[in-house]
Amino acid sequence: MDLSQLVIILATAIATATPLVFAAIGETITERAGVINLSTEGTILLSAMTGFAAARAANNVLVGFAAAAIVGALVSLIVAFGAITLKQSQIAIGFVLALLCADLSSFLGNPIVLVPGPTVPSMPIPLLQDIPVLGRLFFQSDLLVYASYLLIAVTWVFFYRTRPGLLLRSIGEQPAAAFARGNNVIRMRYLYTLIGGALLGIAGAAFSLDFKAGWSNRATAGYGWIALAIVIFGGWNPLRAAVGAYFFGVLQSLASVAQSSIQSVPTQVFSVAPFVLMILVLVLTSGQWLDNLLSRLPVEVRRPILRAIRAPAPAALGKVFEQD
Amino acid sequence: MNIQLTHIYKRFGAVQANDDVSLDVEAGTIHGLLGENGAGKSTLVKMLSGFITRDSGEILLDGKSISVKTPADGIRSGVGMLHQDPLDFPPMSVLDNFINGRPGRLFIDRRSAVKEFKAIAEQFNFVIDTEEQVGLLTMGERQQLEIVRLLSLGVRTLILDEPTTGISASQKTALFAALKKLAKQGKSIIFVSHKLEDVEELCNNVTVMRAGKVVGSSAIPCATSKLVGMMFGRELATPVKPATSRTDTAIKIEGLTIGDDRMDVRVNDLSIKRGEVIGLAGLEGSGQRLFLLTCAGVLRPFAGKLMVNADGRLAEMTGKSYHQFQKAGVGYLPADRLREGLIWGLTIQEHVVLRTPSDGLFVNREASHSVAETAIKTFNIRGKTDTRVGQLSGGNQQRTQLALLPTPLNLVLMEHPTRGLDIESTIWVWQQLIMRCQGGTSIIFASSDLDEIVQYSDRVIVFSGGKVSEPIATAVLTASKLGEMIGGKFIGASAS
Amino acid sequence: MKENPTLHTKSPVSQLNRGLIYQGGALMLSLLFVAVIILLTGESPLHVVSALVDGAFGTPDQFARVFATLTPLVLCASGLIYTFTAGLYNLGVEGQIVIGAIASTLAIRVLQGQLPPPLVIAVSILAGTLGGVLWGLLAGALKVYGNISEIFAGLGLNFVAQGLAIYLIFGPWKRPGIASMSGTEPFDDAFALGRFGQTDAAPVALAIAVIVLVATIVIMRNTHFGLRLKAVGQNPRAAFILGMPSTRLLLSSFLVCGAFAGMAGSLQVVGLFHRLIPSISSNLGFLALLVVMLISFNAVWIAPVAFFFSALNVGSLQLPMALRMESSLSGVIQGMLVLFALLARGFSERNRKTRS
Repeated sequence: MDLSQLVIILATAIATATPLVFAAIGETITERAGVINLSTEGTILLSAMTGFAAARAANNVLVGFAAAAIVGALVSLIVAFGAITLKQSQIAIGFVLALLCADLSSFLGNPIVLVPGPTVPSMPIPLLQDIPVLGRLFFQSDLLVYASYLLIAVTWVFFYRTRPGLLLRSIGEQPAAAFARGNNVIRMRYLYTLIGGALLGIAGAAFSLDFKAGWSNRATAGYGWIALAIVIFGGWNPLRAAVGAYFFGVLQSLASVAQSSIQSVPTQVFSVAPFVLMILVLVLTSGQWLDNLLSRLPVEVRRPILRAIRAPAPAALGKVFEQD
Repeated sequence: MNIQLTHIYKRFGAVQANDDVSLDVEAGTIHGLLGENGAGKSTLVKMLSGFITRDSGEILLDGKSISVKTPADGIRSGVGMLHQDPLDFPPMSVLDNFINGRPGRLFIDRRSAVKEFKAIAEQFNFVIDTEEQVGLLTMGERQQLEIVRLLSLGVRTLILDEPTTGISASQKTALFAALKKLAKQGKSIIFVSHKLEDVEELCNNVTVMRAGKVVGSSAIPCATSKLVGMMFGRELATPVKPATSRTDTAIKIEGLTIGDDRMDVRVNDLSIKRGEVIGLAGLEGSGQRLFLLTCAGVLRPFAGKLMVNADGRLAEMTGKSYHQFQKAGVGYLPADRLREGLIWGLTIQEHVVLRTPSDGLFVNREASHSVAETAIKTFNIRGKTDTRVGQLSGGNQQRTQLALLPTPLNLVLMEHPTRGLDIESTIWVWQQLIMRCQGGTSIIFASSDLDEIVQYSDRVIVFSGGKVSEPIATAVLTASKLGEMIGGKFIGASAS
Repeated sequence: MKENPTLHTKSPVSQLNRGLIYQGGALMLSLLFVAVIILLTGESPLHVVSALVDGAFGTPDQFARVFATLTPLVLCASGLIYTFTAGLYNLGVEGQIVIGAIASTLAIRVLQGQLPPPLVIAVSILAGTLGGVLWGLLAGALKVYGNISEIFAGLGLNFVAQGLAIYLIFGPWKRPGIASMSGTEPFDDAFALGRFGQTDAAPVALAIAVIVLVATIVIMRNTHFGLRLKAVGQNPRAAFILGMPSTRLLLSSFLVCGAFAGMAGSLQVVGLFHRLIPSISSNLGFLALLVVMLISFNAVWIAPVAFFFSALNVGSLQLPMALRMESSLSGVIQGMLVLFALLARGFSERNRKTRS
């Protein structure tokens, strides 16, 4: 394999991973606040469809993205209302919405299946695009891809360098302690669930207005579920989640290259990888056995290893908080 | 800051937790708040710090009336509280915990935060690594972190709720030194405790509460007997349980070490006769529950041996499963009936079925119905066979729990067996239990009701912050001795 | 301990009535929403209803197809009763169907020509059941011993099972010549369950489903096992203190659910498709989750609701031809019903609390 082939594989990987980056980071934000939005697959499909329809009607890509973000936020509002205000199971409501919104997208999107529509225009960055290898990889994409890089960085900085980010992490961890420090936990959970939902919506639009450039039924190939797996794989850290998304992208693009040589294995098989990795990560981090295994090592060695591997879920994830 | 609480009332359901409570704390002093479990101390300080709202009464800080509705209000008015279970974020770093909740600019200036943290910590000789994860700190270090945090927020009144439980001796020394220094700086400290020793060593004044009311206050030093008198001020009830006549051993313990992340508890050799009742006295959370759970087989001890008399001989039970304990005739009655003992949505009859060993696939409805009917009659439960236990009153739930105890029964372990029950039920429950004792069942029970302990125990073991006394025969027990021991003064009893 | 006064003053009957009012309201609202959505596409809801009815019951063939859909749906819903009762969200049910189908296919491939066909079919169904058990226990072991949420483990295992099926269809088990999404080479007719005439419905499969459903109702009502599952599901701590073997009970619920789902997958192979196809589960596992959520885990209601959902699924297949409308309308209706039912439950509980 020569360099140009490698560049093509990696460039495809980035394109494949971009919607996933938006979805995984959106869901990471929501779960950090303590809410599981299990509706990802349905939300992405529905917003992909509405985003494309809106962009087509207005002949404006931005309108499409706005519509998709609003749809994503609206679906997550149902999750937030059912889970936070009505205190029903987040899993049940999210799961029903995952199925419902997926079917709704097929049903309402029927007239716009495979019709042409606007797409995000390519926007190579002058000068930078001419850098060998790197230019082709990072600076010959479109605004959406650049925005995804920015999102990763901004989210990471927000989480770990800003005051509201610290609060966000704390309400998913110990809401009672966060409340004691003067925060309105309920309101913040609503806010971050909506933000996460809007990002899921943008992930959907990234599909229909950029990556796949158009709408067809069930076009997202399970990206919503994959995003859920990647959030866990990423240990609720936006940077690690992005790495997970790109890793998935590389696998997919390798698979499509490999398909020409080994025809027998379809690319779908590689979609399994994130889930296998998720389960492995869960096995590694959930049980006691890692502790037992490492307990023979001296503390100075053990702690950094544990810190590197262990990425525990937010302690209050999925739990009802009574703010009285 | 001068604090005046005047005529504070607070009611939870049927319980008047604070009944016309008034308290004055002068700036620059450490004020002890003493009292038994449920005396209303925590309720009072939680109202001052904004964790709960009062029904009526006034809070004056430096003469100004204030309204505190949330903990944030409390901090804003300069009142900060350290909880017994620290309200912090275990997976985050010390620095993140310190910064969280502090006002400031969007981007966190970690360097200046470290500087500020260190400046305050050094004043009190607290040594904590700011990058360490809070979950890996000791309880004492988490306390120190919280004190530093509250002080950095400009708190001028610091409330500490039972701060000396679960921390090491050196950490206690450091804590006391820090509190004294703070008082010298003009801050006021409210020190909620049940430990006489600590209050005597640390405080300038003390107020004693009992059953939601202030029963007295005094300057320190003051005679221990006077404090004990105020805390437990009454004659002990007379024992009603007939003495045990049997001599065969029901349970034998050899040097048990148990513990959780808060405390280690060591119980010396102990042998309990069949038919004997052992009362565990002491403030809640002093290790009684750990001891009961270990005897029930729910927890495993770190070290030591546990033997139970089953079928006429002592069998080693250490390390055996809870089910094997059950088979050996050990029964456990949790205090939190609906959380641990019974299943809210199932009926009395269904509970009976759960308890009977299944002799076949299908539930025998007629048989279990009649068993349930009999249980309802004998245990005088106000409910029907198909009443869901969640719909029963507390007393009837306790009767149901008793009815579900297995037979034969060698040992029963109970927490607060009559909490929330009316007098009639209480007497009835104990009649049943004593009848069981006469049949050879031994009982170990924990209660915060001293009268109950003295009335029904043959011997009493006192727990105080993980310290365990030798068993004392009820006959030689006096109120003051019991009070002092609960307060942590183990005079005449060899404690570990 | 504080008492909840409403529990004493309100009779169970009035509580039931209030619950019914909320559920009735939810039903109305969800249908209203569906009607609005249909109107959005420019079609009349009444036309749609008649097309759905016609699609489901218009011809004996279609009617039979409703039963063919009902069979796996009832099996999976029955299985899910056990896991839900034990307090578990077994989202891995889809994967359990797929593994069941794979194991069943494997058995036929290995045994055809070696044993008499009826025996092969029986062994194949048994193998499918065992396959489902294996996959269910895998999620259960991860939950019980690894402390891993059954929700995410189940979802993950679904995709692993799906990936395995696709790999087999395109790899080792591909049709001679070309591999395609249409699945493996169909088996000889001798290895197919008998059907009603030329229709899709296999009476034996339906009979198995009915037996499983009745057994489930009886087990949940009348056996120690059912009662113990309830106890563990409602309060694991108290169940343990009362002496229930919690670990074993949780694992058994995964085992039973996996068995029924595996059976469903197997019957999809021997009763309906006669080969392994990538979408062998037809998403019926997820649909079964919706069924059980809608009926609040009460097995008695499985039959009518599953029948209604199956009729919707089959009826909607006619929509593209009859009204040029997408067939996913059935999913929209089912999802709306369950979503509003869940929200209504929330409102009902909230209202009860604020009143007290």
